[in-house]
Amino acid sequence: MEFLLQPLTLLTFLPLVGVLVLLFINAEQKAAIRWTALVTSLVTFAASLWVFSMFDKSNPDLQLEAKYAWIHVAGWNIYYYLAVDGLSILLVMLTAFLTPISILSTWKAVDERVKDFMIFFLLLEVGMMGVFLAQDLFLFYIFWEFTLVPMYFLIGIWGGPRRVYAAVKFFLYTMAGSILMLLAIIFLGIQAQNTFNLPDLLVRLPDMYATGKIPAGVQMLLFIAFTAAFAIKVPMWPLHSWLPDAHVEAPTAGSVILAGVLLKMGTYGFLRFNLQLFPDATVQAAPWIALLATIGIIYGAMVSYAQSDVKKLVAYSSVSHLGFVMLGLFALNPEGVAGAILQMVNHGLSTGALFLLIGMIYEQTHTREIKVYGGLWKITPIFGTLMLISSLSSMGLPGLNGFVGEFTILLGAFGSKAIGNPWYAGVSALGVIMAAVYILYMFQKVFLGPAGEITHHHDLKDLNWREILTVVPLVIFMFWIGLYPKPFFDILAPAVEKLLSALPL
Amino acid sequence: MTQPTYTDFYTLLPYLILTVWTCVLLLVDLFIPRGRKGITAFLAALGIAVSLGYAVTQTGIESAGFSGMVTLDGFSTFANILLLASGLFGIALAYGYTKRMGIERGEYYTLLLFSLTGMMLMAQASDLIIVFLALELLSIPLYVLSAISRKLTSEESGVKYFLLGAFASGFVVYGTALIFGATGSTHLVSIFAQSASGSTSGLLLTIGAALLLVGFGFKVAAVPFHMWTPDVYQGAPTSVTAFMAAGAKIAGFVALFRVFSTAFPAIASDLTDILWALSALTMIVGNLTAISQTNIKRMLAYSAIAHAGYILMAFVPYGNEKVAPVAVAAGLFYLAAYALSNFGSWGVVIALEKAEGKGLEIEDYAGLAKKYPALAVAMTIFMLSLIGFPPTLGMVGKFYLFRSALAGGFPGLALIGVVTSLISAYYYLRVVVNMYMKEGDPEVEREPWLGFTTSITAVITVAASLVPQFLFMLAYTAVLR
Repeated sequence: MEFLLQPLTLLTFLPLVGVLVLLFINAEQKAAIRWTALVTSLVTFAASLWVFSMFDKSNPDLQLEAKYAWIHVAGWNIYYYLAVDGLSILLVMLTAFLTPISILSTWKAVDERVKDFMIFFLLLEVGMMGVFLAQDLFLFYIFWEFTLVPMYFLIGIWGGPRRVYAAVKFFLYTMAGSILMLLAIIFLGIQAQNTFNLPDLLVRLPDMYATGKIPAGVQMLLFIAFTAAFAIKVPMWPLHSWLPDAHVEAPTAGSVILAGVLLKMGTYGFLRFNLQLFPDATVQAAPWIALLATIGIIYGAMVSYAQSDVKKLVAYSSVSHLGFVMLGLFALNPEGVAGAILQMVNHGLSTGALFLLIGMIYEQTHTREIKVYGGLWKITPIFGTLMLISSLSSMGLPGLNGFVGEFTILLGAFGSKAIGNPWYAGVSALGVIMAAVYILYMFQKVFLGPAGEITHHHDLKDLNWREILTVVPLVIFMFWIGLYPKPFFDILAPAVEKLLSALPL
Repeated sequence: MTQPTYTDFYTLLPYLILTVWTCVLLLVDLFIPRGRKGITAFLAALGIAVSLGYAVTQTGIESAGFSGMVTLDGFSTFANILLLASGLFGIALAYGYTKRMGIERGEYYTLLLFSLTGMMLMAQASDLIIVFLALELLSIPLYVLSAISRKLTSEESGVKYFLLGAFASGFVVYGTALIFGATGSTHLVSIFAQSASGSTSGLLLTIGAALLLVGFGFKVAAVPFHMWTPDVYQGAPTSVTAFMAAGAKIAGFVALFRVFSTAFPAIASDLTDILWALSALTMIVGNLTAISQTNIKRMLAYSAIAHAGYILMAFVPYGNEKVAPVAVAAGLFYLAAYALSNFGSWGVVIALEKAEGKGLEIEDYAGLAKKYPALAVAMTIFMLSLIGFPPTLGMVGKFYLFRSALAGGFPGLALIGVVTSLISAYYYLRVVVNMYMKEGDPEVEREPWLGFTTSITAVITVAASLVPQFLFMLAYTAVLR
């Protein structure tokens, strides 16, 4: 039972304690349920700060390891193995940070089956933490698939009009990718005498590649199988079609977590598994991934511009922003990868804030059509200000976080040997400009100009203290990363360097 | 003819206890008044429990009895425990259901026990004659049970099952005859010895083995021998269906594993392609047909067919010496996982079923989560387990199955397996969608033993997926040599 007291075990499974408590609260006592969930997620956040305080920034290796033999019978060699390093610590923090914020955002928005909602939400947090911390492929796969279940319910029960369609599509689409990864995991396990834990595999695999026990072609197939799972999650063009449906139909808190954390599971998967397990295939595939990423950047931006629904616009902008992350990752140089990791966090902050704000206005008006708004700024200045900051952060204005991430990524992509062609970066840079176009277009139509029909007819109120409190922490980080990103890069640098040193470049 | 020894009896101990108990129960039941047949149910369950206790004590013991006609080994012990547990669940599900549906008779339980003895004999059979005997012993009570409600659909189900089942038994007899012709023996080990020495007619032996495969394929509901399954599952009383779906499938697979791994490794190269095709067809047809079902019993019937395909998939590389232990262990492991979610999900079906076959459409599950959250959670767990999704035993089981197929060098088959799993997610999720995301006002029968079965199977399905070592170990020691 010693493993229960490990910091990372506590961090991962603390939300489960909240779930247990919730089970014993009467479903009618909504306030108690909300507070229990909020307190649980805040305690989890505190635990993540505690973990962060023990984290050694200068150490590039896995830290705070909780490694225990789990299934060690009948020829199996599976570990319960959680650990954190520079690649994952920021994402762990982001998860712990966004969950209480999302829960706070549901205070008024979710009034039906609150108990079920909070249970699913906390279960989702367990799954997400597990994905970022698991270092055994079997354990990772369990967490990875498990996140689908609560999210499926969140979309399907509390979502918009087409919620069932969106939920099932989300589930099946994502599962389609994971099952191929499952086969690849099993294959790796068989080749490595039933070892599934990542550090051991990384020791054994180079030999197997060198001796031809796993030929280059097979390595490429394995790479593709893992890519199928992660690329759908990211989502990379052309596998993105589940995303707009899921985002638009999901309740606000679901969208925040979906954009803020779940999509990062895909990019993190590339980082943790594809790049490390299949180094030769990674280098070989880099130009192709860069091509898809670039198409995604431009395509996402163009489709965003064409949207009439604000939430859909932000959803498609994710396709574009995640394209940047992929471009940075497969630049395979320190700037690109570090920028990509930072941009994962940035996207979580800015898109999370945008979804929160859109949800707040939607609660009042029950519409997200751009054309019915207009002139909101005069009526709701606080809402307008926060929206402006988040929008500018999302489009990459210097001084805010988005700029730092995208600039570093483009810097990396320009000089990348792996991609081998500066044109991808050049074309992608257009994506930054296009982001400015669709974001400012949206902002102008909604907040400036003459008052639209909704603005007239509704007795719109500005944000209350709770709503401001929900968004302000995000805004603080937007400025922090935008103005002084050094501490964040310092966390990443050693781990990124170690990661890249293993690649045959 | 030698006198039977202590070892002979010990080898068959759980089986003998249950047989004697059943015969006694048949007489005792005469003195139990109508309307109080619940007592028979308890006595039947008690007999199973005693037999189960002895089966557990036989763990790790190996012996042979009656001139090698029956064997006791890890494999048979695993199967016996699994079958006896299935028997307990079968009785728990039937207890309230038969009362409610007006089919509460003492014979119900004695027939169930007789069928169970047949299944156990199947697990221990090491001679084709015993295999045939066991096959009939397990099948005939099931034919009667299917028709026990005397409704038109139930009788149709019974007759259909009987006619096609008798046909399948014919294949087994014919196959046995051909194998005897080829090798001069019906004993599994001597068949292997003969065929390995090369002194046999290979063609005759292969045809005989293929005919056996037809018979077993019928019992486990593998495509193309599955035609009876949906009709029989739908027409039979649901508590019978639940027992049949688990018990007959376990028995069929146990026979298949035992006979093929013991007697036919030498002709594996001829049989592998046949098994491959059977498995692929079963997974594809079962899952694709399940999509269009609107009746939950029929959907679960097609799901049962599909699962036969997954287990067959793991068994395809049985001829490969290195993989064979994994193939059998994975199959047994998955049978246990399947039996759990099988009883659980049929339990939920029983809870919602009304007289006259009402409450059996998937749409009738709308709104279940709001009114009966615990039941909906349990059903969700069973559906996830059948898809092969964490955190359920079904996921761990499928992991094991795919591992066997991949280790055996059949990536194509494994690919068919995962893709059809994806397809299956669609129809299993439809039940979840109805329970959680649609409005409705379902009525549920509350019966203590039913609630017990659904909750305990749900809890084990989740808990055993987190701590699967014990089941892994048990399945692994059950390996055939």
